[in-house]
Amino acid sequence: MTRHFSLSRRGFLASLAAGGLSLGFRIPTAAAQDAAAVPEINAWVVIRPDDTVVIRVARIEMGQGTLTGLAQLVAEELDADWEKVTWDYPTPGQNVARDRVWGEFGTYGSQGIRASQQYVREGGAAARAMLLQAAANRWGVDPGTLTVSKGVISGPDGQTLRYGELAAEAAQVEVPAQVQLKDPSTWTIAGKPVKRLDTLGKLDGSQVYAIDTRMPEMVNAAIRQAPVLGSKLASFDASAVTGMPGVQKVVQVDDNAVAVVADTWWRAKTALDALPVEWTDSEHANLSMAEIHAMLDEGLRAGQAFVGTQAGDVQAAIQGAAQVVEAEYYFPWQHHATMEPMNATARVTADRCEVWIATQDAEAVLAVVSEASGLPIPQCEVYRAHLGGGFGRRASSHEYARQAVLLAKEMPGTPVKLIWSREEDMIHGTFHPITKARMVGALDADGNLTGLHMRISGQSILATLLPFMLDEGKDPFTFQGLNAEEGEGQFGYTVPNLLIDHAMRNPPVRPGFWRGVNNNQNAFYLESFMDELAHAAGRDPLEFRRAHMANHPRHLAVLEAAAQGIGWDTPPPEGRFRGLSQHMGYGSYVAAAAEVSVDDRGQLTIHRIVAATDPGTVVNPQQIEAQVEGSFAMGLSAALHGEITVEGGRVQQENFDTYPVLTMWEMPAVESLIRPSGGFWGGVGEPTIFVAAPAVLNAVFAATGTRVRQLPLDGTSLRT
Amino acid sequence: MPRIIVNGTPHDVDAEPDTPLLWVLREQLGLTGTKYGCGIAACGACTVHIGGMATRSCQVQFQDIAPEDEITTIEGLSPDRTHPVQQAWLEIDVPQCGYCQSGQIMAAAALLAANPNPTDEDIAAEMTNLCRCGTYNRIRAGIKRAAELL
Repeated sequence: MTRHFSLSRRGFLASLAAGGLSLGFRIPTAAAQDAAAVPEINAWVVIRPDDTVVIRVARIEMGQGTLTGLAQLVAEELDADWEKVTWDYPTPGQNVARDRVWGEFGTYGSQGIRASQQYVREGGAAARAMLLQAAANRWGVDPGTLTVSKGVISGPDGQTLRYGELAAEAAQVEVPAQVQLKDPSTWTIAGKPVKRLDTLGKLDGSQVYAIDTRMPEMVNAAIRQAPVLGSKLASFDASAVTGMPGVQKVVQVDDNAVAVVADTWWRAKTALDALPVEWTDSEHANLSMAEIHAMLDEGLRAGQAFVGTQAGDVQAAIQGAAQVVEAEYYFPWQHHATMEPMNATARVTADRCEVWIATQDAEAVLAVVSEASGLPIPQCEVYRAHLGGGFGRRASSHEYARQAVLLAKEMPGTPVKLIWSREEDMIHGTFHPITKARMVGALDADGNLTGLHMRISGQSILATLLPFMLDEGKDPFTFQGLNAEEGEGQFGYTVPNLLIDHAMRNPPVRPGFWRGVNNNQNAFYLESFMDELAHAAGRDPLEFRRAHMANHPRHLAVLEAAAQGIGWDTPPPEGRFRGLSQHMGYGSYVAAAAEVSVDDRGQLTIHRIVAATDPGTVVNPQQIEAQVEGSFAMGLSAALHGEITVEGGRVQQENFDTYPVLTMWEMPAVESLIRPSGGFWGGVGEPTIFVAAPAVLNAVFAATGTRVRQLPLDGTSLRT
Repeated sequence: MPRIIVNGTPHDVDAEPDTPLLWVLREQLGLTGTKYGCGIAACGACTVHIGGMATRSCQVQFQDIAPEDEITTIEGLSPDRTHPVQQAWLEIDVPQCGYCQSGQIMAAAALLAANPNPTDEDIAAEMTNLCRCGTYNRIRAGIKRAAELL
């Protein structure tokens, strides 16, 4: 991204006055409004005269609790009074103008906290040191003689000063070259189960999401994009709808969409529904699931594949095995189905373009906006609202931002809000990749796993969305959680002869990053198959896994914790059955133990799940619990119900009636065991989702003898 | 111009007769706390009270609202977030992204008005609103806590 642009301050403030504040967006009051009254102490901290501590948060809040966690870390090092902490989102335009002082805005990969914890804590610590120096200067004492508690500094003679009294002076103090961060064992704000900072507005409707954007003179747009993959807009008859109530314009958007602009969105959508539209033929017009399955099935046995993890000689191990176990699995496309559909509001003038949006990567949106508007980045700005769900959908593929800008260019000076209907949102998703796996395991006479070949066949996200990240054609993300090396996602078993490879097969359906990403299918394949191997070997699934985990004590520790939590060593209640799984991803170790029953009609009940997590370091235990619970809701939604299919080149599911998601009555009780082993920082927003499906489906096998190898479970009868 | 009463206040509304109440609330009255999620009454994000009953406002046409119908939205549930459901939600930190929570809170408030001591089964039967973040267990706990606060 281009650097060293200077943002036009006048234009910026004018934009605030014109629209920003009236929107209720938490647009940068710290950098704009407060700048007049209170200088920032540094990029992360502004303290107002009333002692309110405004902590700037670069990453976005989408429900995962990152906002609160990051504020806790800064407040901890600052020794702030948590009761006086609030927050603010800087804009990507400001970040560019200030040489990216806030670092990455991108909020994905469960990295919001772990990838920025070091520099945000340093920001808090530096601000604290500057406040102490300011107090020392006032009193003419050495700062080493001062103590601070909850934003109040005490001097050697008992004198006190509040942070709010010192903020202006602290801003003038030299920035310390080095700061000492606290040992997490001494934390009093971070590491504690404090309440979220963003709850109040979510209780009374006052939280303004991007879809709630309102501003004077704003118009609304509804859009229809070519429903068949690869099809383009051929023609439309605007005259059929131009007389309808509220309609202002009918506009072609790029080469594959048409939008109606009206005074209200409902009128725009009503007219769009009545608009005669013709689409071009597409080379994908006959694409079917049969063709896609055949494509993936071919990959399961193809001679060529990208090698991910390898050890020993797996073919020799299979040939010399006492018992060979084989199985094939399928993980279908999934939709994010964020509760807030995609939307964006844009205003374009001759020399400025502004966008109000929910995004996991506002800097990426800024680039999209600049390109779509034709204006250089310093003349563009993106204002962020909390997301009504992200789950990866809002991390990339921001075509709705581009479309909003293109529409706004047609109406200079008029803000245009574009909302995708739920149907547009679902058809034009970025779907969890479709893959299959062929698993071949070699057991020796003692029932030990001597060889494992895991062949993944299917879609690569990077090949479609970020091809520059491929490694000589190979998608390294495909092997998430299956890596030999430590760190992000290590394979948790020692298998002397191991081959994990990927036959990349890319159907022409756009994939995307979906909470947990490739860990979902990898954990489903591996942990289901480990269960199959244990049963084939006549061994207890926990004992079988443990026997292959001696070199992976952290993986084993969470597995043991989950197993102990469910009472693995004691029989379950009558009619109930148990299953286990473990996996590592996004730097954290996770495991789950599920207890289920299946009645004689085949109805599954998931009674309880015990989940264990080792994220290394814990920033907010009650938020981890919330993420663990949420991970089961979304992971089980995929396991039980989720499948996007394509026929005639068209996505078949359009709404929650055909893409059902987990409901409250299906939600199991979840018990979270948080077992940080210290010394590292792992993510928590995603990891637990990986272990949801295999834990439950292994329990389903224990209950019924039916091995569910094709998701979703809805496609398999459990009637016995 | 037709008039409807929302949160105790009458409003004259310029909308076609078949306009869903959801969009009247959001676009004509500026009450954006009521959310659009699906438009087919499948998700419950648009839940409001009509005469005290939890109702999915995306399926109620403007022309079907009687002048005497009392419509309550999340903005009118309490003047200061003191409804027991709101208090319980705050205490238990129920929301994650929060987008579905207006509907969840309205559904929970209607449930408790009809059944002040719901069992887990009652809650599961009545609370059919969808949540993708997975706050279901906290919603259940929140309803039970709200029942104590009633």
